Formats: sequence, C-alpha cells, structure tokens
Amino acid sequence: MREFFERISKIDRRIIYLIVLVGVTIPLLTRKGFEFKPLPEVKNAYNFIENLPEGSNVLISIDYDAASMPELQPLLEVMLRHLFRNNLKVIMMGHWPLGLPLGQIALEKIAKEMDKKYGYDYVFLGYRPGIAAVMLNMGKEIRMVFDVDYKGVPLDSLPMMREVHNYDDIALLIGFEAGSVGDFWVQFAQARFGQKIILTSTAVVTPDLYPYYQAGQIVGLIGGLRGAADYEILVKRKGFAYTGMTAQTVIHVIIIALILLGNIGYFALRRMR
Amino acid sequence: MVEVIFIWIAAGLTLAIFSFLYKDNPFYKVAEHIYVGSAAAFWFLYLWFFDVEPKILGPFKEVFHKYGFSGMWAHFGAEQWILFIPIFLSICMLLRFIPPTAWLSRWAIAFTVGMAAGLGVTGALQGYIIPQTQATLLPLWTGNPLTSFNNLIIVIATLATLFYFFFSKEHKGVLGVFSRIGITFIMIAFGASFGYTVMARVSLLIGRIHFLLFEWLSSFFH
Repeated sequence: MREFFERISKIDRRIIYLIVLVGVTIPLLTRKGFEFKPLPEVKNAYNFIENLPEGSNVLISIDYDAASMPELQPLLEVMLRHLFRNNLKVIMMGHWPLGLPLGQIALEKIAKEMDKKYGYDYVFLGYRPGIAAVMLNMGKEIRMVFDVDYKGVPLDSLPMMREVHNYDDIALLIGFEAGSVGDFWVQFAQARFGQKIILTSTAVVTPDLYPYYQAGQIVGLIGGLRGAADYEILVKRKGFAYTGMTAQTVIHVIIIALILLGNIGYFALRRMR
Repeated sequence: MVEVIFIWIAAGLTLAIFSFLYKDNPFYKVAEHIYVGSAAAFWFLYLWFFDVEPKILGPFKEVFHKYGFSGMWAHFGAEQWILFIPIFLSICMLLRFIPPTAWLSRWAIAFTVGMAAGLGVTGALQGYIIPQTQATLLPLWTGNPLTSFNNLIIVIATLATLFYFFFSKEHKGVLGVFSRIGITFIMIAFGASFGYTVMARVSLLIGRIHFLLFEWLSSFFH
C-alpha cells in the first residue's frame, strides 16, 4: 500500500506529459464540442460591434507574437470576418514587431475572402516604437506617428484615411494583448481621449484586465481560448477555438485528477509515518 | 510545394522544441538558437524599416538628394535640426560599449527614465488609480441580492488587501483579522491567475498539436 501511495505522489513527469498529449489529441481528432453559454463580457464586445454604424473605423492593435498565436490568431480571423461582414473599416497597427506579420497575414486572408479593397476598406499601418508616445500622439494626429502606411504610401493617398486624424475618428479600438500594452491603451487612449476599447487577450493576461472591465473602462473583454470560443459561437462560426475547448476541458479534468492524486498520496504517506 | 516545405520545417522545429520535455538535447538547442537568431534579425529589420529609415534618415535623405552633402546644411529646417537630439542621445547610448566614454550613456538613460516616469505616473493616476478607486465605491444594497453580494465582496476584498499592506502597526486584533482576510483574497487572486496561466499554456499545446495533426500529418496525403 505504501508503495502505491509513494508512486501516486511522485508520478514521473514524462508519464504526465504522455497523458496530457493523449488528452489533447483524442478530443482534437474526434472534433466534438461542448455546449456552453458565452460569457457576458464577450457578449458585450460582440453587441458593441454589432451596433456600430456601417462605415465606422475600427483600429486593431496587434500586441502579440507567434508564442501566443494559438490563442489570439483564430479570434483575430473571426473578428475580422465579423467587422467586414458589418461593413466596418479596419485600420491595423501593432506594438509587437514579431507579431505584426501574423496580423497582416490574417488581414489579407480575410479581406480577400470577403472581397474588401486595400485603402478603401482596410489599411495596414505597421509599427512604430515607443508605446505610450505612439498612443498619445495618435490622440492628436495619427500622421504625427504614421505619416505613411507599411508600404510607404502617404496616408492621404488612401481614401479611407483622408478623414481619419485621431481617436475622434475611430469608433472602436480592439487590442490583441499578450503583455502589458492593453494597460497602456486603457491608460492613454481611454483615460485621456475617451476611446472605446475592447481588449482580447491571452489567458495569462486576462485576470489583469478584468478590473478595467469591472470599472467600465473597456466595453468588452475576450480572454484566452474560452473567449475566442465564445466569440465563435456568437458569430455562428465554430472553428479551432470551439473544438480546442473540448481538449482544454479534458486537460483541466486530468490536471485536477493529478492534483487530487498527488495530495491523496502525500496525506496518506504522512499518516503512515 | 513551397508551403509543404515550410510546414515540414515548422513541424521539425516544433518536435525539436518538444523533445526538451524528455531531456535537453542537440535538436532542442538548434531550434532554440534558430528562434533567437531569427527573432533578433526580425527585430532589427522592423526597427530599421519602420523607425530608423523613415523617421531618422528619411527627412535628411530628401534634402540630401535635392542639394547634395555640402548644400544640404543650409536647407535644414526645424524637422531636420530637431532630429540631432535623438541622434545625439542614441550615440550616447551606444558609447556604453566603449569604457572610457561609457558614462555618457547615462544622459540617454536619464532621458528615457525621466520620460517613462512622467508618463507612468500620469498614466497610472488617470487611467488606473482614480477610475479603479471610483469603481470600488459601490452601493452595498442595489435591490438585487446577487449584485449587492458582489459589491460587498469587492469592497471588503479591496479594504482587507489594503489593510494587509499597512505595515505601520503590528497586525494584531482587528487589524490582524482584516489582514488575514486580505491575504486570503490575495491567495484567491493568485489561484485565479495561476488557473488562467495553466489554461494559456494548454491552449498553446492545443495549437501545436492541431498544427501537427491537421497541417503536417495531412501534408503526407497531398
């Protein structure tokens, strides 16, 4: 008996990795999903976008990179489809240089799919260093920071940008966050200029962003794979995030079971001593 | 065909990184070095093409092409002259690598620290402390029992956590009780944060396994 408890309190990490691998692979192969209701903060984000008048400008900030791609890239694609479906205009920029190509790939893919035209329906501004300085100057005049787009084309040559000068001309800002840039957006764009913001984030960052949602500083919060799955349900286009949530749930059950096993082993051994 | 090659490279690198779960090995090291090297090169290119080239060199290039090197100085406007300040500070920063002049880098560092502190203080006050304090001043009875209970938790948790960080008096008696409630809420917050972190890491694994199953393995059948 003692040997059994010793074993369950010290399971080899490689066995745990193998169990986790199987726990992820099987749900992905079966492609079955659970039914769950979208969270209110995700619903708020969806409803806010639904209620934007056609032709409104939406600024998207790519503040993540390849390391957070599985959590944020599927959501970016779903949101872009939603924005284009509602005939909203997309301005994309970012503060994480390594992630900007991911944003650009998604933007060009979805724009092509939805038959949208560069310069008329969407633009890609690229990157400028100096997070807070960029945000503050954009509140005065976007051209102070981005006088040209990523190809070097002057902003005034792009029809949809001619009337866009600062946050007053942007109906909504959506930040895709894997770090602390979301805090900067709230502190500089929302607090100083009253910009409406929706933050989407990796699960690691989400708990830090909830206070902004609770305080009404952001209009919606879409956190992690769960948030992405909720959004897929709302736009009625279940994809990677939705099926991924089944694997996520299975892994959570495995982790809880392993924690319980470890504790049972630990306490049983302590009692035997 | 090109796409298939890239999928194979990505799959190979993914498996090389995963091999670390068994133990450290040369495949993992190679993948790690490729990542660090390509990320550094990418950063450099982005900073050059989105910052140095258009923002620093761009304004000079225009005048240089028009008037040549000797003539351009007389035609510099405010746009060009002001750039000498960041150029000077950048050079100061780089002088850090030359020991006798390394002290000059402090000027550039002082500038960045001063600017960051100024922005940080005003940003935190305006965007965090004041709105968050306002959001804590909640009515304890709203007519809806669930909302009232939520508000009560927010108020008690905020006050108790603040009490925990009050070190001017020994944590005994009422203060001791409140600080213990405070540490309980802090632990709950840590637990929630850790739970979200687990969820994030599992999501990354799901993403990679999804790629291996549906992009890499499916490439065998194309």
